[in-house]
Amino acid sequence: MSGPVESLVNREYKWGFVTDIEADTVPPGLSEDIVRLISAKKAEPQFMLDWRLKAYRGWLKMSEPHWPNVVYPPIDYQRIIYYAAPKTQKPLGSLEEADPKLLETYQKLGIPLTEQKILTGVAVDAIFDSVSVGTSYKKQLGEMGIIFCSFSEAVQEHPELVQKYLGTVVPPSDNFFAALNSAVFSDGSFVYVPKGVRCPMDLSTYFRMNAQNTGQFERTLIVADEGAWVSYLEGCTAPKRDENQLHAAVVELVALPGATIKYSTVQNWYAGDEEGRGGIYNFVTKRGKASERAKISWTQVETGSAITWKYPSVILQGDESVGEFYSVAVVNGRQQADTGTKMIHMGRNTRSTIVSKGISSGRGNNSYRGLVKVLPRAANARNYTQCDSMLIGNRCGANTFPYIDVQNPTASVEHEASTSKIGEDQIFYCKQRGLNTENAISMIVNGFCKEVFKELPMEFAVEAQKLLGISLEGSVG
Amino acid sequence: MLEIRGLHASAGDTEILKGIDLTVEAGEVHAVMGPNGSGKSTLALVLAGHPAYKVTGGTVRLDGQDLLDLEPEERAQAGVFLAFQYPVEIAGVTNAYFLRAAYNALRKVRGQEELDPIDFLELLEEKLKLVGWGPEIMQRAVNSGFSGGEKKRNEILQMAVLEPRLAILDETDSGLDIDALRIVADGVNALRRPDRATVVVTHYQRLLNFIIPDFVHVLVDGRIVRSGGKDLALELEAKGYEWLTGEPEPQPA
Repeated sequence: MSGPVESLVNREYKWGFVTDIEADTVPPGLSEDIVRLISAKKAEPQFMLDWRLKAYRGWLKMSEPHWPNVVYPPIDYQRIIYYAAPKTQKPLGSLEEADPKLLETYQKLGIPLTEQKILTGVAVDAIFDSVSVGTSYKKQLGEMGIIFCSFSEAVQEHPELVQKYLGTVVPPSDNFFAALNSAVFSDGSFVYVPKGVRCPMDLSTYFRMNAQNTGQFERTLIVADEGAWVSYLEGCTAPKRDENQLHAAVVELVALPGATIKYSTVQNWYAGDEEGRGGIYNFVTKRGKASERAKISWTQVETGSAITWKYPSVILQGDESVGEFYSVAVVNGRQQADTGTKMIHMGRNTRSTIVSKGISSGRGNNSYRGLVKVLPRAANARNYTQCDSMLIGNRCGANTFPYIDVQNPTASVEHEASTSKIGEDQIFYCKQRGLNTENAISMIVNGFCKEVFKELPMEFAVEAQKLLGISLEGSVG
Repeated sequence: MLEIRGLHASAGDTEILKGIDLTVEAGEVHAVMGPNGSGKSTLALVLAGHPAYKVTGGTVRLDGQDLLDLEPEERAQAGVFLAFQYPVEIAGVTNAYFLRAAYNALRKVRGQEELDPIDFLELLEEKLKLVGWGPEIMQRAVNSGFSGGEKKRNEILQMAVLEPRLAILDETDSGLDIDALRIVADGVNALRRPDRATVVVTHYQRLLNFIIPDFVHVLVDGRIVRSGGKDLALELEAKGYEWLTGEPEPQPA
């Protein structure tokens, strides 16, 4: 964490920063001027600035939520630097200079050497390969009318789309972190799939290496127009370090009538050292809005972060819309996770499925928090929730907080929950057949998560399985 | 092949094995019998290295190698197989995946190449016949929703695939009807080889009608009180364990 502190100590406080538009960072702290500066640096149109300012003014009146089942020291929002130009990190000369522990993990994950170099910040020429691959796919997408670009680019190139959909699912006033994000977000991704178009590939697989440095306040907006279909992959199995401790991203999905959006996440933010020091706080707002006959499906595998606070949700606004949430959340060491989903049934004959698998080990604490709400108009709404927790060892915790609010008598809501412990006997059984402890745990845990992994695109699922094994290494002494 | 000398073991503060001496040679089948609570299953689990038991004295050697010094998986890799009295369920992991992982773990130790799913399926086909199963069973999760008999058959199937040097069957007959018993026994008999040995732990003589032992040992209160040929089992059947314990057998709870 020396980065921000160092720059704070070494920098002269500049009153005239508004004119200092070429600087790499802005002074720490948040004010209306900082919001204006961020917007100016990104050369945003007026509507974006107005939107950010409104969010900021709203944020001032809000307070940080403390209902999640997590514990952390108070965050001083005036000590955070809200804008830093990308790629301030000095590139390493070779892989040998990178953290050997990180490299070991990459090897276990089977990440190719070139990718390892990019991830650790080694300057490589080979990156041009992936850029050119990316470019050719981009061309193919462009011919189909699919827009896939950075959020900043979208603001410049497609302001009408951004203006039309930004904040329609997660308004800035939604919650404290969403408001903060709306005021200061740095960058993120934008996707638009036109009417009736089926996106021919999983978006981001081929681009993930290029989507670096999106910053701590990431903003993603995905719009699938009528009858469109898109699968989006977020994240990377490689452990990601960041000098910024607080991450507050917002993801909005808009599925217009008959559209399908599949959003898959594998996240492995740095979880901190054994005592949890230096780990990322990941406070994320993810939500989708499904029009009639639309479908939104969230699949997430969360193994990282010191603290995770995240509830990918679906507003089932249109009749016959479908919402799904498949989640694996793993905590080890000192990690804390409070995660789950919200399914808001507004339309008739809406259906939702929730499958949550929480795995706790070490001294980790894992909470599932889920809301199923059926509004009066939502006749024949159906929900099925399955919420399983697995404990490894004696010092971890698992909690389930289901909230069910049904206001229509024809609705059917099912909730199943289970808690199990990886028993000594289960591990011994595997060991007796010749498998070592780590392979045994990995196998048992992967079996436990099978229903979620099968929702992930194949390649992602294989990575996620490996990741799970690595995340739980050393969890049983 | 297997040499147990003065083996003492306890669970918590309770000593269960109080000095076991037993020698098993290649090609032999030994039956270990005894009343409930005599330490039969403990002996089986201690040989496999179950962490719930602490060895407090004695030695166990397999082909001269100190077994007690090895982790459970290393013992398995050295050729020790335990057919569990209560096979464990593993949800979400198919029988095929589990067994192939185990098989490949052993191959890896022996410096052999791992088998891919297709080659493994071929190998399975023949082994499945041994226990009278079709391939469907391999797509079910390990022991999940299996009946008691199916679980025991699954143990025998695993044994057939892993081809251990030393197979220890822990009360494999308990809870089996006569047909299942026959299938299990046929499986064990089919796997008898001059270079392998089997230790059958059982309460009842009935399994020994199907698996004919070369030697029978009677375990009472953590010690082997009598050893003999297969006739000893019949004698026990006729006279009951009271004959050797001098007291009526405690009824299982």
